Amino acid sequence: MAIVDVIMPQMGESIAEGTITKWYKKVGDKIAKDETLLEISTDKVDSEIPSPSAGLVAELLFPEQKTVDVHTVIARIQTDVHAPLMPVPEHVQSKTENPTPEIGSTIDSSLEPVTIRQSTSAETNRFFSPLVMNIARAEGISLSELEKIPGSGANNRVSKKDVLDYIERRKSGGATAYIKPSTAGTPSGSVEVIKMDTMRKAIAEHMVRSIHTSAHVGSVAEADVSKIVAYRERHKTDFEKREGFKLTFTPFFVDAAVKAIKDFPLINASVDGDSIILRKDINIGVAVALENGLIVPVVKQAAGKDFAGLARAVNDLSNRARTKKLAPDDVQGGTFTITNPGIFGNLFGFPIINQPQVAILGVGAIKKRPVVINDAIAIRSMVYISMSYDHRIIDGALGGMFLQRMVQYLENYELGIMN
Amino acid sequence: MPVISYIDAISRGLWEEMERDSSVFLLGEDIGEYGGAFKVTKGFLHHFGSDRVVDTVLAESAILGAATGAALVGMKPVAEMQFADFVTCGFNQLVNNSASIHYRWNLPVPMVVRLPSGAGIHGGPFHSRNPEAWFFHQPGLKLVAPSTPYDAKGLIKAAIRDPNPVLYFEHKRLYRHIKGEVPDGDYVVEIGKGDIKRPGNDISVITYGAAVHLALEAAEMLEKQSGISVEVIDLRSLMPLDKDLILSSVRKTGKVLIAHEDTLTGGIGGEIAALIAEFAFESLDAPIKRVGARDIPTPFAPTLEEYFLPNKERILTALRELAAF
Repeated sequence: MAIVDVIMPQMGESIAEGTITKWYKKVGDKIAKDETLLEISTDKVDSEIPSPSAGLVAELLFPEQKTVDVHTVIARIQTDVHAPLMPVPEHVQSKTENPTPEIGSTIDSSLEPVTIRQSTSAETNRFFSPLVMNIARAEGISLSELEKIPGSGANNRVSKKDVLDYIERRKSGGATAYIKPSTAGTPSGSVEVIKMDTMRKAIAEHMVRSIHTSAHVGSVAEADVSKIVAYRERHKTDFEKREGFKLTFTPFFVDAAVKAIKDFPLINASVDGDSIILRKDINIGVAVALENGLIVPVVKQAAGKDFAGLARAVNDLSNRARTKKLAPDDVQGGTFTITNPGIFGNLFGFPIINQPQVAILGVGAIKKRPVVINDAIAIRSMVYISMSYDHRIIDGALGGMFLQRMVQYLENYELGIMN
Repeated sequence: MPVISYIDAISRGLWEEMERDSSVFLLGEDIGEYGGAFKVTKGFLHHFGSDRVVDTVLAESAILGAATGAALVGMKPVAEMQFADFVTCGFNQLVNNSASIHYRWNLPVPMVVRLPSGAGIHGGPFHSRNPEAWFFHQPGLKLVAPSTPYDAKGLIKAAIRDPNPVLYFEHKRLYRHIKGEVPDGDYVVEIGKGDIKRPGNDISVITYGAAVHLALEAAEMLEKQSGISVEVIDLRSLMPLDKDLILSSVRKTGKVLIAHEDTLTGGIGGEIAALIAEFAFESLDAPIKRVGARDIPTPFAPTLEEYFLPNKERILTALRELAAF
């Protein structure tokens, strides 16, 4: 008789915990594989969690509204429905205090894709002593954060003193100042204090960390997308009839970005200490605004999809983002992100890089503008595309060339793209 | 408090114990009229008489066998090895008999073996050994190695009162070289308890015996030169080890050097390193380092002996490497 553990999934790379909002089953209930077992809420996404296995619900380890660390075992499914419900031995019931080392021993192999791959941690070349790792764990310093601490030891090793100094700096201002309530700066007069919810805190943390991590620099290019606008106008009815959803502009930009990334692969990278990690898969994150925040689901293996495939993927992900049906895997593994400041009519924006990526593209509003073509003034559908990129590894030349290559792809969209 | 030498502290401890307990007696080669090779027992024969200060034949096996037998019938013998090196001739008595009797017969074996040990006196290969590691490996024996006059007196008294066979390693070069405050009258230094000879925060030196003094000098110099704060832990007892003290110091500093005068390979330092790696791994901020004598028999030529022995410079080098790591 096999017991399959259900773990709190990691719904995003920076997510450390989730709240169980509703159990759909009780102990003893039958459940099918992929049938919804519970609903969870994290700081990025609310999601229904399917059962990893068919069987009987053997144990629900936490009550509703309880917040637990990711990778904690939260329920157990007994796969043999005919066996009596067996109590699980004491020693495996304990909650994982320190999730990482226990992952292998507590989760069923079918769930393994959900385990954390901490950004580029496995590829680190820097040595951290047991003590430094220990302090980092106790203080909640991630490996990628550790890697950024300049070391004063031999071969620039981060010593105990370095990490303690870092913690001191962090406490006294530094990277997490945004979380620390300011005692000096409470404004007087008529105010309303709004507590950040978990999603807001996570966004705040990620944004400030990104600013502290990457040397942001921006470029803006202008593209004439009249052909795309006309093409969409002509085909949108057929498209919707055939595909069952509306054709938006987003897949055009995703497609152009994928093509330009193939030409300039350094855009699709991460920085790990003094190494540049080229990401061979092109996984495009597409920012989706939600009622109270935003989430960035990822179009995986975008290079292997044709236009219709990209359009379907974008539609599917944004739908599921809005209906809280994203799976953990949907929001992980992005290598490049596209966001859309134009959705509210703005011309362009200056987005913040989605770590550990090195570039993010902002698509402005498509507007008709008078432009000069061959010394004549014409009315064309124009868009500004802006890109923030990490100047540590991407120079202005590369960033500019990449944007211009995107412009070329956008302006020369040929027929037959909807094959 | 009176300041006396290390050797006088041993003598006083012995004397006081013999006055205190009539079952304590001494045996060894030329310890009576001659007062022992190093004069530790000078004057004892005339005060305590030849029943309690026994000159023996030149046979360590006989001395240790007799001591073991005497301990079994309720006496508290203190046997002197003229040089620690010669204990090899009585090795069988110690490791096969004295060490195992309690486990075989459930009887106490309250004997002490004094082992004048250590190099640095140009004694050559037969008069310079630090043989503690051989006995460290043998369950059933206790081992102590004082580095100061205070500990020397307190530990000889504790050793005599202990119901187990205790090997008392007294370092020859410290005999008249090291002086220190020693209280008049009775006190003991508990066996199994180390001592922080110098508190510090950045690096721990775990050491014992003569190497304690090298470590203290090196620590002082490093603090003065570089402001690096070195803690010096004097084990005092080698068996049992003061594991709590070792681990708490390492947990505080995160960096550790183990130093002993015994040759490095197979020395006690290896066991201490293993202990730290096993129980304080997550506190380590640098590899565990060791300094000991080089792995050769003690050379006779003074220059070679100097090269052979650990010294302040070698300890300083290791400390600097740890500080820079």
